[in-house]
Amino acid sequence: MYRPCGTFDETYIQDIAIIRTPMHWSSLIAGIILLFSLPFLVSGKYLSLLNLIGISIISVHGLSILTGYTGQISLGQAAFMAVGAYTTGLLAVYLKFPFWLALPCSGVITGITGIIFGLPSLRIKGFYLAMATLAAQFIIPWLIVNVRPDLTGGTDTLVVPTAHIGSFAFNSQERIFYLVVPMAILVTFLVRSLVRTRIGRAFTAIRDNDLAAEAMGISLFRYKLLAFFICSFYAGIAGSLWAYWMRAINIDYFLLSDSIWYLGMVIVGGMGSVPGAVFGTVFIRTLDLLVKNIAPWLGTVVPSLAGVAAAALGPFVFGLIILVFLIFEPRGLAHRWEVIKSYFRLWPFSY
Amino acid sequence: MELFLQFFVNGVMVGGLYALAAIGIVLIYKATRVFNFAVGELVLLGGFFCWSCLTWFKFPVWLSLLLALAGAIIIGFLIERLTLRKLIGQPILAAIMATLALSQVFRGLMLFAWGPSTLPYPTKVIPGSPLVAGFVVMSNELLWTFFLSIIVFLALGVFFKRYRMGMFMRATAESHQTARSIGIDVKSVFGVTWGIAAFVAALVGIFMGARVGLGVGPTPLIALKAFPAVLFGGLESITGALIGGIVVGILENLSGAYISPNFAEITPYIILLLILLFRPEGLFGLKRIERI
Repeated sequence: MYRPCGTFDETYIQDIAIIRTPMHWSSLIAGIILLFSLPFLVSGKYLSLLNLIGISIISVHGLSILTGYTGQISLGQAAFMAVGAYTTGLLAVYLKFPFWLALPCSGVITGITGIIFGLPSLRIKGFYLAMATLAAQFIIPWLIVNVRPDLTGGTDTLVVPTAHIGSFAFNSQERIFYLVVPMAILVTFLVRSLVRTRIGRAFTAIRDNDLAAEAMGISLFRYKLLAFFICSFYAGIAGSLWAYWMRAINIDYFLLSDSIWYLGMVIVGGMGSVPGAVFGTVFIRTLDLLVKNIAPWLGTVVPSLAGVAAAALGPFVFGLIILVFLIFEPRGLAHRWEVIKSYFRLWPFSY
Repeated sequence: MELFLQFFVNGVMVGGLYALAAIGIVLIYKATRVFNFAVGELVLLGGFFCWSCLTWFKFPVWLSLLLALAGAIIIGFLIERLTLRKLIGQPILAAIMATLALSQVFRGLMLFAWGPSTLPYPTKVIPGSPLVAGFVVMSNELLWTFFLSIIVFLALGVFFKRYRMGMFMRATAESHQTARSIGIDVKSVFGVTWGIAAFVAALVGIFMGARVGLGVGPTPLIALKAFPAVLFGGLESITGALIGGIVVGILENLSGAYISPNFAEITPYIILLLILLFRPEGLFGLKRIERI
């Protein structure tokens, strides 16, 4: 890894620091100040996009740990988010759990669900595991809709009460922004730290070759299930925040295509990269909003498409983008970012 | 007993549909080591081709069928040529993601072309009327599907045993490198495989269209039930796909009859999970031995 010229580590603390140079620190602080002042600068639609991005980042970080770092493919991320959202919904509506208690409870319950569906991963991998998580993507929503429709509302919408801390209610896009974005930053920090610990190195070893990893003394049972737990835990947190954000949850937000989208965000960002998860989510979600804005215009140009343009353009553009990234930039936006950074580090004498 | 027999026969027939879709998946997996997650959309596309020929251009049924199948084969070639050939040598996730991305692209395109609602076929595509044997009623569409899946199965068997291309495909399935070293054009084998798979998928689509109509929402979900069938029989085995499809069809129908019709929706996926837990290689699949 390139460092800016003249940056040397003199102590071990410097050596392991995530944020190294004064430039890092100043851009981080400036970035956070800018981020937290966004609610005063942008209007409703873009603010709700920012909240969606924040929630998605949390979920994609989980998937990035499972798929990008541990190499276990999951097609069930949206179903796990549904578990988190409905757990929050049920706890908040029927047991009157406060927000700060429902959030971690949803995370843990979703994590346990993830472990159950991760059990086949001990025997299988690759396509086979994608199948097992695909089964989860169909079985979980079915259970939510059919087992106790009197509690979950079945296919109808379940209305969730507003989140409160003390007397402060998170009842508008501006207010929920200050809940979602700090959580997204916290999760990013936690994941960034996790991947450089013993656990993170074990995950990477399992991704590169699970048999070799086991031969080196890494317990596959423990670490694969741990990866599933962490992935689903973050999915649960994201689902819970989703419930408090929308304040109305419906199973239609957690379909197979949504799972494919989350996987797509990991791919576009770059597998096995923490900034990649953030880049990928921001890229795909912004693109989606852009497409939604273009669709009505397309409807006026070609009138026969007016009715379907919005629904059709989204998956079409998303699929094309994924294919383009897979073929031309399989290492994702994170790799491109590194290339740009190293170019400017040596600029203008890059030879 | 009557109930049991009726649902059992229905299951066998519906199973024929799953088996057809499963054969397409197995073919592609054997030759290219890619698992085709876009099978649902391919099925739908083939069905829609036939629908358009019948509705937009008012072609006779036989011409529509021919055109739809030919169109499907071209789409299969194009998929291989434009996307998956460029991903040879990439990790397994790239191939999975590519077929998932393809499924989204096709979904978007089909929404543009045919809209979100479910479209029934304007004319009767499948000849004949329901067959009544004793107290068991067999719908003619399902009978045709079932026999057609048997015919496709036999035809593929002959193709693999007797024809050069079939033998090339078997050799490619064994090992890409060895196949290349004896002069087989592996890339064209990949193309032909995708063509055949798209052809089979289009057959499934036409039968589904004749039976329940085609819709971007529901049809791919039905076709996805081919996955449990594939895994039940084993990923490498075409016989397995046939048996797997029929077994999944029977179990789905029986659970629909005896537990609840609602439960039948997820029965295939529960079977899928159980297979993965207890016998991941399926009935006839190869147990892979891994070395570091």
